[in-house]
Amino acid sequence: MSGDIFAQVNLSRVYRRRKWVNNFILGLTGLTVILAIIPLIWIIVYVIIKGWRVINLDFFIHLPTAMGVPGGGVTNAIQGSIVMVIVASIIAIPIALLIAFYLLYYPQTKLGLSIKFSTDLLSGVPSIVIGIFGYALFVVPVKHYSAWAGGLVLAMIMLPVVVRSSEEMLKLVPKELREGSLALGAPEWKTSFSVILVAALEGVITGIMLGLARAIGETAPLLFTALGNEHYDVFSYIKQGIETNQSFWDILHKILSEPTDALPLTLWKYAQQPYPERVEQSWGVALVLMLLVLLLNIGSRSWLAWRRRQTHG
Amino acid sequence: MNQLLTQKIEVRNLSVFYKSFRAINDVTMPVYENRITAIIGPSGCGKSTLLRSLNRMNDLVPGSRAEGEIILDSENLIDPGIDVVDVRRRVGMVFQRPNPFPMSVYDNVAYGPKLYGIKKRSVLDDIVEDSLRGAALWDEVKDKLKQSGMALSGGQQQRLCIARATAIQPEVLLMDEPASALDPVATLRIEELVAQLKQQYTIVIVTHNMQQAARVSDYTAFMMMNERRAGELVEFSETTVLFTTPKDKRTEDYITGRFG
Amino acid sequence: MNNQRSLFPQRSNLRRQWSRYTNHGDRFWRGALFVSSLLILVLVLMIGWEVWVNSAPSRHAFGWEFISPWAQAVWNPALDRFNAWPSIYGSLITSFIALLLAVPFSVAVAIFLAELAPPTLRTPLNYMVEMLAAVPSVVYGLWGIYVFLPEIVHPIGVAVQDTLGIIPGFSIFFGGPIPASGISKLAAALILTIMVTPTIAAVTRDVFLAIPRSQREASLALGATHWETIWKVLIPMGLSGILGAVILGFGRAIGETMAVTMVIGNTSGGDYSILKPGYTMASIIANEFAEAVSELHSSALIEIALVLFVVTIILNAISRWLVMSVHRKTMGR
Repeated sequence: MSGDIFAQVNLSRVYRRRKWVNNFILGLTGLTVILAIIPLIWIIVYVIIKGWRVINLDFFIHLPTAMGVPGGGVTNAIQGSIVMVIVASIIAIPIALLIAFYLLYYPQTKLGLSIKFSTDLLSGVPSIVIGIFGYALFVVPVKHYSAWAGGLVLAMIMLPVVVRSSEEMLKLVPKELREGSLALGAPEWKTSFSVILVAALEGVITGIMLGLARAIGETAPLLFTALGNEHYDVFSYIKQGIETNQSFWDILHKILSEPTDALPLTLWKYAQQPYPERVEQSWGVALVLMLLVLLLNIGSRSWLAWRRRQTHG
Repeated sequence: MNQLLTQKIEVRNLSVFYKSFRAINDVTMPVYENRITAIIGPSGCGKSTLLRSLNRMNDLVPGSRAEGEIILDSENLIDPGIDVVDVRRRVGMVFQRPNPFPMSVYDNVAYGPKLYGIKKRSVLDDIVEDSLRGAALWDEVKDKLKQSGMALSGGQQQRLCIARATAIQPEVLLMDEPASALDPVATLRIEELVAQLKQQYTIVIVTHNMQQAARVSDYTAFMMMNERRAGELVEFSETTVLFTTPKDKRTEDYITGRFG
Repeated sequence: MNNQRSLFPQRSNLRRQWSRYTNHGDRFWRGALFVSSLLILVLVLMIGWEVWVNSAPSRHAFGWEFISPWAQAVWNPALDRFNAWPSIYGSLITSFIALLLAVPFSVAVAIFLAELAPPTLRTPLNYMVEMLAAVPSVVYGLWGIYVFLPEIVHPIGVAVQDTLGIIPGFSIFFGGPIPASGISKLAAALILTIMVTPTIAAVTRDVFLAIPRSQREASLALGATHWETIWKVLIPMGLSGILGAVILGFGRAIGETMAVTMVIGNTSGGDYSILKPGYTMASIIANEFAEAVSELHSSALIEIALVLFVVTIILNAISRWLVMSVHRKTMGR
């Protein structure tokens, strides 16, 4: 038996040093967290202070006016964002859910693993590359920029986000639920929709909100697909269409085929213009954008957590 | 048989709380030096909580609090001024599921001593060998010291954990159901090892297996949950006495299997 | 027995056959799942294919010299001469600096979030990290131009140019003066640091959380301090995951477009100094594509997109593999 190993070591001095190091370093990590939060608070505060001044009813209702003319707004951007996000959702959400179910059923197959892999790869592709892809596929063949092209690239951006979160949520549903339904003779698709999806619904909705938050904030892919349009106004298209007796599909076609603006696009344009009024307005756009994105992001998560606490007590 | 019997640890009026819930109520019991003290009782009676109080591992649970005294060598371990790191060196622990680090066998055992500044290779080599011998594992791993500790069998991993715990020369060794995750053969080897270890260490072992307690320990403490779901010490005596002529009816019911 | 009317009426024969054929609709269902899943695979391949094909004119004109640092590093749309090195350099240097600063920082944040944060602070802090990641890139850019650059980047740049910038060997990289507006590669690097931190911190935090509690208990029971446990047990165990987080962050930094393009200046100075404006691969595409002057110009930009595509795919694959390996390690032998 070796003699007392601690005879060679001054225990109390060792202890004190170790404890000091421990407290110092752990305190440091707390400091880094504070430092990390500072930019967030700074941005939020700045955006609120500078953007608040610009927000009024005109901001939401009117199209941009020429420089120096008061009363301009960014309704083109707001409407454009809404239209494109709707297009993106209609395409991305059903496909994402189908993919999520596929990954639920066949997680370990070759195809299943490649799908999971592709989803991750897709989420890592820079959005500007997706924009170039959208340009080549949706703009060049028809020789003009359009809202539907923007919507499609946003769908590609939304897709991996919704797939990943939906898959997680579906996996959480206990398999006894699925087995019970199948044992009653229900076909797989009915089980998926009426049982699994319903059980995972809140989580899936949260995932969709996160995808929307992502899509609303994207600029790069829209640069070459939607391009921007200071005169984009859905309401006027509808009005025009009714006045000239156009069909529903014609009006819809017009809404989707015009180039369009979006909140982040407008922000990008205005922020770099030499006119102070435009820069001011860009802060207002930033405020709207931040509110939307943060509400969707944090709001959906807290709602989910709240619902979970409710059902599990 | 009866050398000088000293109390290594004296637990006095110990109560443990998780926030406002009282998990252990007013336990007083001795832990005799170089003896094996077993703590038995039905699930949820607070055995593990009591054990973990002895090396302040309960601190890891947020909101936990202890009242009373745990006297080790005339120091109260619950006293806020006490150095928890020092407590844990002197009171070691082996867990229910073996939890070797994902390092080599050698590094697992050397982990503790290195913390205390022991760097010389020859000293560490000696410590590792002694500890592994003391845990009845040396012969099986002496050629495999560089292999990962996680590559050993369950029983070997547990003995590795015992070696790791003894490497820093604790005074007391706490064992939380050390064999419950092992097969019967490995269990037996652990029990033999524990019986040997008492020559050097004071051992407190929690077990849900009454026969194991009867086989291995010198003293036994029987705990039960009271109506308010707090754990209480029902009876404490020499093992042979407790199992043949228990004083409390509840002890008798438990031992004869009428419940629990 | 036979005269008892069943509660469940018989289906007509035709109906039964149809149900059998489609397996009660599951044939279509399975088909839909299969097609959708294939879609995503095809999508990724198609993106790669499109950038490959559309960059052909540029690839044929310049070959490997396109990315070479030693060929004439000139990006001149007017003369149809394109070498991507200035933008590649810009991407590399800004991402590298961003990672250098962000990694220790993010790991520290992750340690706090995973190990030290009291339960009441845990959720709000995690939400704040999510918020940092959720802020749109253009908003970072706007704040960057009008707030961050004048108040933080410019002073730092001045400090750098006066210290590192006058040392003979270093003046290539740190030579000033930084423009009054603060527009520089340094600005891009610093904004990237902020933007990349939540990604690395969140993944690293999850790596720590995946390590089973028993490891911490074993170390603490031996009398180790909390930091010693983190440094000697948790970090080594999670190392490949942390590496994966870093690589993921690197991929994000390289692909980040809007904030970078708003603060980096987009002039092809070819200057190596971080205090001067420059390009990154993403920013040059964003800046020039809509107004490309010739087909070769567009094609060159698409070739840069090709480089971006390939690089991020590789980084992502490596990162994923690394993070997965930690999970395999902690789940068993």
